[in-house]
Amino acid sequence: MLTYTFRRVLISIPTLLFIAFVIFMLLELAPGDPMASMPLTIPPEVRQEMRLALGLGEPWYVRFPLWLRQFFVVEPQYWIDNAFGTNFADGAQRIISFQSRSPVFDTIAQRMPQTLWVVGMSYVVGVLIALPIGIISAYRQYSVFDQAGTFVSMIGFSVPPFFSGVLLIVIFSVQLKWLPSIYDTTHVVDDWNSFIFQLKQMIMPVMVLALQTTAQVSRYMRASMLDNLGQDYVRTARAKGMSESVVVMKHVVRNSMIPVVTVIALGIPSIFGGAIITEQIFKVNGLGQLLIIALQGSDIPMVMTITFLLAVLIVMMNLIADILYGILDPRIRYD
Amino acid sequence: MTDNLPQRPAKPVLTAGDSSAPLTVEKTRNQWADVWDQFKTHKGAVFGLFFLIFITLFVTIGPVIWDVDPGKLDIRNKDVRPIYIGLVDSSAKVSWGNPMGTDNLGRDIMANIMQGGRISLAVGWTAMILTLFLGTTIGVLAGYFRRLDGILMRFTDLVLALPLLPLLLVMMLLFRDPLRAAFGPENGIFILIVVGIGITSWMQTARIVRGDVMALKEREFVLAARSIGTPARRMITRHLLPNVLSPIMVSATLGLATAIITESALSFLGLGFPSDFPTWGKILFDSVDRMTSFPERVIWPGLAISLTVLSVNYIGDGLRDALDPRIRGL
Repeated sequence: MLTYTFRRVLISIPTLLFIAFVIFMLLELAPGDPMASMPLTIPPEVRQEMRLALGLGEPWYVRFPLWLRQFFVVEPQYWIDNAFGTNFADGAQRIISFQSRSPVFDTIAQRMPQTLWVVGMSYVVGVLIALPIGIISAYRQYSVFDQAGTFVSMIGFSVPPFFSGVLLIVIFSVQLKWLPSIYDTTHVVDDWNSFIFQLKQMIMPVMVLALQTTAQVSRYMRASMLDNLGQDYVRTARAKGMSESVVVMKHVVRNSMIPVVTVIALGIPSIFGGAIITEQIFKVNGLGQLLIIALQGSDIPMVMTITFLLAVLIVMMNLIADILYGILDPRIRYD
Repeated sequence: MTDNLPQRPAKPVLTAGDSSAPLTVEKTRNQWADVWDQFKTHKGAVFGLFFLIFITLFVTIGPVIWDVDPGKLDIRNKDVRPIYIGLVDSSAKVSWGNPMGTDNLGRDIMANIMQGGRISLAVGWTAMILTLFLGTTIGVLAGYFRRLDGILMRFTDLVLALPLLPLLLVMMLLFRDPLRAAFGPENGIFILIVVGIGITSWMQTARIVRGDVMALKEREFVLAARSIGTPARRMITRHLLPNVLSPIMVSATLGLATAIITESALSFLGLGFPSDFPTWGKILFDSVDRMTSFPERVIWPGLAISLTVLSVNYIGDGLRDALDPRIRGL
């Protein structure tokens, strides 16, 4: 298992390098110009100097290794310096945003908590709703509950977040006036009332994202439960006289969770993708919104860094899913 | 599927106490008739098929009957509410000339939904066909030729590890202007969206097809075909492709659903078609600012997208059941 883990970590390094290269070259080959939004009155020679100042003078085979060095060496150094008061970085050049001229990672660090709150909460809520639905649907296969569960998950697959979000706003903010339609990120929770307000403004974005998660996870849970319910060990457990709740909750659910846990791990990156749209609807100033703004302003370092961070997340979750699978299921041996 | 499974005798009639062999009452049937019979038993799938046909007719034949130019501005008739609002609120501005209402520039919403649906469905179908073509080609090549397997599947894994939505957004933004200049504003964006969706969603199909081809390759009929010297090209087209048709068809429905949703999402983020060129996602996006006073303007296109995707998903569900010979006839 350890060798396998080690090998997988080693394999993911070239994968990440390749992904970084693909993103870099896509941005490089694209004809978008970061100077396009500058005033037209700037004379061409000044414009050229500004391009050089942005670091665009060098060819790609110089800038790509430089970016890699900044991402993997310089930025962690700054992070360690900040955390422990050391001086590893020694004033090295950080990744600077074209738009704000401030380090990219500072902006990302400011935006991260909002996204993590909404996305993380929605994922937890989604999974918590999905598991019981999956379990009951499988246990009472073809019952009314099962049919309803199938229908709800079909809706979760089919209704895009930009419609479910807008629909929720129309119903709960416009018609009923129960919930605020805009997520206020400057809101500070310090007493009961502000906590209630925070809860209210989180309900809609969280539920929109959770619907997608629920649809997916409950289907997997149901399928996995159905596979296990027909197994011989279930009959053995019943024959031994175990109560039905022990059979289902202890034996079947635990075994069914093995593939579902990996699905849950693999779904985390895609929920971040969904957050891009949800943040746009509820005006959450998180990472997704940052990405859209950076894209529109041709802010190449910012786009590159956020996209690559997402890629790191995907590769990491794949790795975790594979390793978890091996740990949870003793029948699977990778070596 | 057909050439290697024994044809199931339709409806064996067994009577108690009768020791003679079971009688088959019906004659041998065509495989697709069997599939259709099974498909018909899935209520959601039949409903989905009807809705898909309806929406397709609505957007194709609709503009012929409802002969209103979707781009025609009519400021005097702006902000007309849909006709049913007149039932609950008699002071609302309604008109039989615009049953779904008009937008803030007086453009007829029904004509726009029809026009938008044409684009959305066209993008969906084209992108789906491209996805299937790429996925099937790569899957068959990887499954059939052992030499290509390693490299192609490594490549598939790499593409799967890419953050696809952000990359699609990057592609949309960066390649928009050159393609627009080369192919005209509408065609350029159409090509860009279709190709973008196509090259970011072929991976699942490729994996499924590869797995099935690898399993089929070990079967006797393939060995028999090879023993009479069938060349690889005909092997693939005659023996392998017809047998992987059912997973391809199921992933086609999934592909159509994702393509429609992705196109609308891009339009919703303001990175799709230009603003005077309606698609369902674009109409939804344009109406969000005024949804407080005119909620119907976001609901029409949203419902159109959701119901279309829902029906396509149900068709896929029904097809999966109908094409699976293990459960057919149950």
